[in-house]
Amino acid sequence: MSDLTGMSVAAMQAGLRSGAFSAAELVGAHVAAAEAARPLNLFITETFEAAMEAARAADQALAAGTAGPLAGIPIGIKDLFATRGVRTTAASRILDGFTPTYESHVTARLQAAGAISLGKLNLDEFAMGSSNETSAFGPVVSPIRAAGSDAALVPGGSSGGSSAAVAARVVAAATGTDTGGSIRQPAAFCGIAGIKPTYGRCSRWGIIAFASSLDQAGVLARSVTDCALLLEAMAGFDPRDSTSLDAPVPAWSAALTGDLRGRRVGIPREYRVDGMDAGLDRLWQQGAEWLRDAGAEIVEVSLPHTAQALPTYYIVAPAEASSNLARYDGVRYGLRVVPDGGSLADMYEATRAAGFGPEVRRRIMIGTYVLSAGYYDAYYLKAQKVRALIARDFAEAFARCDLLLTPTAPTGAFPLGARNADPIAMYLNDVFTVPSSLAGLPAMSVPAGTDSAGLPLGLQLIGRPLDEAGVLDAARAIEQRAPAPATPEPWWR
Amino acid sequence: MAVDAETVARVARLARLRVGDEDVARLAAELNRILGWIDQLQAVDTEGVAPLDQVIPFARGWREDEVTDGGIAADILVNAPASAHGFFAVPRVIE
Repeated sequence: MSDLTGMSVAAMQAGLRSGAFSAAELVGAHVAAAEAARPLNLFITETFEAAMEAARAADQALAAGTAGPLAGIPIGIKDLFATRGVRTTAASRILDGFTPTYESHVTARLQAAGAISLGKLNLDEFAMGSSNETSAFGPVVSPIRAAGSDAALVPGGSSGGSSAAVAARVVAAATGTDTGGSIRQPAAFCGIAGIKPTYGRCSRWGIIAFASSLDQAGVLARSVTDCALLLEAMAGFDPRDSTSLDAPVPAWSAALTGDLRGRRVGIPREYRVDGMDAGLDRLWQQGAEWLRDAGAEIVEVSLPHTAQALPTYYIVAPAEASSNLARYDGVRYGLRVVPDGGSLADMYEATRAAGFGPEVRRRIMIGTYVLSAGYYDAYYLKAQKVRALIARDFAEAFARCDLLLTPTAPTGAFPLGARNADPIAMYLNDVFTVPSSLAGLPAMSVPAGTDSAGLPLGLQLIGRPLDEAGVLDAARAIEQRAPAPATPEPWWR
Repeated sequence: MAVDAETVARVARLARLRVGDEDVARLAAELNRILGWIDQLQAVDTEGVAPLDQVIPFARGWREDEVTDGGIAADILVNAPASAHGFFAVPRVIE
């Protein structure tokens, strides 16, 4: 393997500009790595030829001095972003044959900055899952393995293709989307960094909708700085998304220091949950020590409604999903199944039964139930009230501190198939990431250490609305002090 | 609020999801387990709490009410499973 694939985005930018290597060499090395990594099932759709063509154009732009900041940087796109002329699936059979005639706002911005996509990365179907096992295109296998074991592990989810591709050195960075933890949990499982910005920072236009009040695009990359570099290209106001924030996008990467003097970091006591890995608890305390060493003051805070966040999420998210996924009816795009002599209604029901996988069907059923007449007040309205209390908890905590430090997930990665029998056991993966999603806050996972089996564990930083800078700085402080995550042995080659 | 077979069938109809008779009992059990877990929310005191409808408070002005897009019928139909005469085509609705 060429060492071009292990570099940071910042080092790639410098190398391209100094002429140490060309964009064609850089992208070519990543295409070769992607071809060798096919056993991991990272991509749903590969666009290697288009990537090589774009790389040659990037070399011309670099030579002419017209290149964007991410010119020639090889990335992957979660297959939930609509891409013009490139099949877009949401990892679902229901979108069979769908090729968008338009480009999502986020991927258009990345293209404009010069980033080069190697293709569309695998995910849980409609981003509903925490292990990438609900994909209609098969599960992603994590490049990470436990010490002394060759058991296949999940890469986390729903952005599992993104986390695995970045960890396997197939792309320098990848887009993700996060509804309840779908960037942060897979980043933690694969030993990389991942940031979900404030709700509204990145336009949802052209991102296939799951739960619109929660969905937010973000980045998975191998360093905090790389996350900042990508995010500043992706974020920005878009009038086509009515919840897009009309706020200036700071130059986060240039402002990164890792210096936390004068900052106060809160440790929410309710995040110490039953069944938490003992090593994870120690790592969390170690993380607080690292932040103290970076100049922060550590305070204990309380988020009293933490335990109610998951059940709240599993009302709000399925309710919004059942509404958003009503559009898949076999009429305008995707799969159509018409039973012999069937009516229009028969077509709708047969198409949706054939096109959606079990987890998506389950969530549509829950969402339809909690929104149905007679149950709306007891479930949906109640959940929106508890959601207000969860948001208020955060606001009160942020009166006492500037940032929060928590674990990202209760455990490290688990074997493929290990948690499929019980949906609730799978949902519990997101116990630490869902509360900040419900409150729309910026949050990030950063690699901090390993569990007893040598599997990566992440710590999560949560900030005030629009304080991505604070989140990134604290994550950088941990990154500077934590052991560097091991590069996975390329056992798949 | 236990979900029975009849409720599963009614919700499936509302969601336009065909559910085979053989799947109804399994789905009822799954939904009951998830809804039973969700029911813990009923114990939270939300007296006087307004439901959250906007996670990040922000003010957005009104935009001009004007046509900004259009004339792309071919683009819109290109992904349709069936189309004819510039329209989406579906099974016969009226005999």
